[in-house]
Amino acid sequence: MADVLALDGTGRAELADEELRELYRLMLAVRHLDESAIRWQRQGLIPGYAPQLGQEAAQVGSGYALDMSRDFVFPTYREMGVARTVGVDMVEYMSTHKATWHGGLYDPKASRFAPIQAVVGGSVLHAVGWAHGQTLDGTPAGELGVAITYFGDGASSQGDVHEAMNFAAVMKAPVVFFIQNNGWAISVPTERQVAGGSVAGRAAGYGMPSIQVDGNDVVAVTQATATALAHARAGNGPAVVEAMTYRRGPHSTSDDPGRYRTLEEERTDGGEDPLARMRTRLLADGIADEAFFEEALAAARAEEEQIRAGINALGPRPGTEMFDFVYQEPTQALKAQASAWREESEHV
Amino acid sequence: MSMQQALNRALAEVMTENPRALILGEDVGQLGGVFRITDGLQKKFGEARVFDTPLAESGILGMSVGLAMAGYHPIPEVQFDGFAYPAVNQIICQVGRMNYRSRGKLPMPITLRVPSFGGIRAPEHHGESLEAMFAHVPGLKVVSPSGPNEAYHLLKYAATRQDPVIFMEPKSRYWQKGPVNTGADAAGYRPTGSRVVREGKHLTLVAWGAMVARCLQVAELAAEDGIEIEVLDLRWLKPIDAEGLAASVAKTRRAVVVHEAPRTSGLGAEVASIISERCFGTLKAPVERVTGFDVPYPSGDLEDEYIPNIDRILYGIQRVLEYRRG
Ligand SMILES: Cc1ncc(C[n+]2csc(CCOP(=O)(O)OP(=O)(O)O)c2C)c(N)n1
Repeated sequence: MADVLALDGTGRAELADEELRELYRLMLAVRHLDESAIRWQRQGLIPGYAPQLGQEAAQVGSGYALDMSRDFVFPTYREMGVARTVGVDMVEYMSTHKATWHGGLYDPKASRFAPIQAVVGGSVLHAVGWAHGQTLDGTPAGELGVAITYFGDGASSQGDVHEAMNFAAVMKAPVVFFIQNNGWAISVPTERQVAGGSVAGRAAGYGMPSIQVDGNDVVAVTQATATALAHARAGNGPAVVEAMTYRRGPHSTSDDPGRYRTLEEERTDGGEDPLARMRTRLLADGIADEAFFEEALAAARAEEEQIRAGINALGPRPGTEMFDFVYQEPTQALKAQASAWREESEHV
Repeated sequence: MSMQQALNRALAEVMTENPRALILGEDVGQLGGVFRITDGLQKKFGEARVFDTPLAESGILGMSVGLAMAGYHPIPEVQFDGFAYPAVNQIICQVGRMNYRSRGKLPMPITLRVPSFGGIRAPEHHGESLEAMFAHVPGLKVVSPSGPNEAYHLLKYAATRQDPVIFMEPKSRYWQKGPVNTGADAAGYRPTGSRVVREGKHLTLVAWGAMVARCLQVAELAAEDGIEIEVLDLRWLKPIDAEGLAASVAKTRRAVVVHEAPRTSGLGAEVASIISERCFGTLKAPVERVTGFDVPYPSGDLEDEYIPNIDRILYGIQRVLEYRRG
């Protein structure tokens, strides 16, 4: 797809064969975990989940382009594939869907992955602040840590997102705004959400470059993200990447897409499955054979099994934690409430 | 009928009776809202009167202000309690003030529906109680129904006012059924003030929204021990029915307020203050509060630890009953 405004970073042109195979392995692991999570919800292991089915290429491709020794990810709630790609502990990630702890149990600082965020558009400005911090730290251009913020076409309507884009551009903050345009915000299609049809198209108005990329082509996404990251890392300011993809599943496990789209529309609008597409490509280019796919499948299954066991073993957190994390320095009133709670719950 | 059906029906009647009434929000059109409260209304009243907006709560409320200035009666929905926060600027600085700023020339007949409170094991920001925040804002009125009949009448009443009303729907009660009087005899019913839902003489439990049903359970249990509890459904959280409160507590001489919201500066403090102003001479004990804690609304696993449960309410009652002046 066309560059809306050309980027001056170079990014990475070619991916090595082993990298291409790794992208496939990651997508497959993510696909398996995602489908399992839906099953787990049906089985009552977790109360709810927001599937990313169909967005594997957008999530794995962008996550793969990051330099996790210095970049930082600001997700919303559907970025399981990014989390897996950048190495977040998946049991700790999934704990949020098990209703164990809002935001997940993983350490966001060590993982360089901000807490899962239920507020649509909620973390986009945070990325700008974190990124500006890199500039203030005096990190030389070319070595800047980049904040990548993930949000949807729906989120792009939020005032905060507009503010974030303007702030970032004015301050030349090293931010990549990564939009997964999956066609839907629950029941509202993109055309009722994004005037002009493209979030990337808005970037020019903020004076920053953008790329609209085929979000179901994992290689294209990796390259586009790498280009945007290079631009920001070099001190040229923010950039937008809009990955055009499709939410193939329901919005969440409590959604019923049959109320606003037909199965026929899903089939035609969904396009080719990003996984099938990558598989065809690897085969056609002779980069992978059947044995490779079997191995990848076995690995994905084993991983899923391990994560399931981990989630199963997660008990509820002790109720005292409700009180423990409100402040660094708890108030007397809160301590009194905590001890009253302990007595009344007979947890003494 | 269920509360969901009662609300849906009330909206349909309001839309029929007032051609300037509009419904707007996220997914309220074809989907009928994530809780189906606006189910079928777009089909019935057309896309001009029931419409999906882009995903921006500040936009929804700000636009409602302009629509009200143009003579419409907007009935916006924010999808969940916690997503009223992005609209707070418009709610406080505009919705609550335009009537005042314009010396009464620009009334704000806006009925903001907010699925509220917890108890459904939902993600973050899907279980919060914002009544104290809204009640603190000059220019707003705040109401919460406890069951289907209340939902039907309070919504019809709220949506025909000339002032902005924040309508807090207890989402954990959407699917509970109960009788709803929609007959002609209900036409003159003005659901103002509070309502005694169970009579008693030893103590008044004051609650609203989803906590009313829980307080009724508590009253049943207490009755087994010979303690007769009066349950007062406050309904209007602004203005609070001070007379109704005082009448009940003057009779029982003891009161416990129950709410899900955090304790500090919660509405329970206002209720306790009104009671002590009006009933100081007759009170046998200080007014007790049984509330959520001063913590962010927790994840599903800890929800039952947070929301006042039957035991905690019974302990509160016990403290009041056992109180002796020093
Ligand atoms: C501020 C806010 N408003 C409303 C919601 C309820 N909600 C959750 S997801 C969603 C749609 C989001 O669409 P989009 O940004 O396109 O992301 P997608 O879900 O497609 O990944 C809505 C309205 C929310 N979580 N946060």
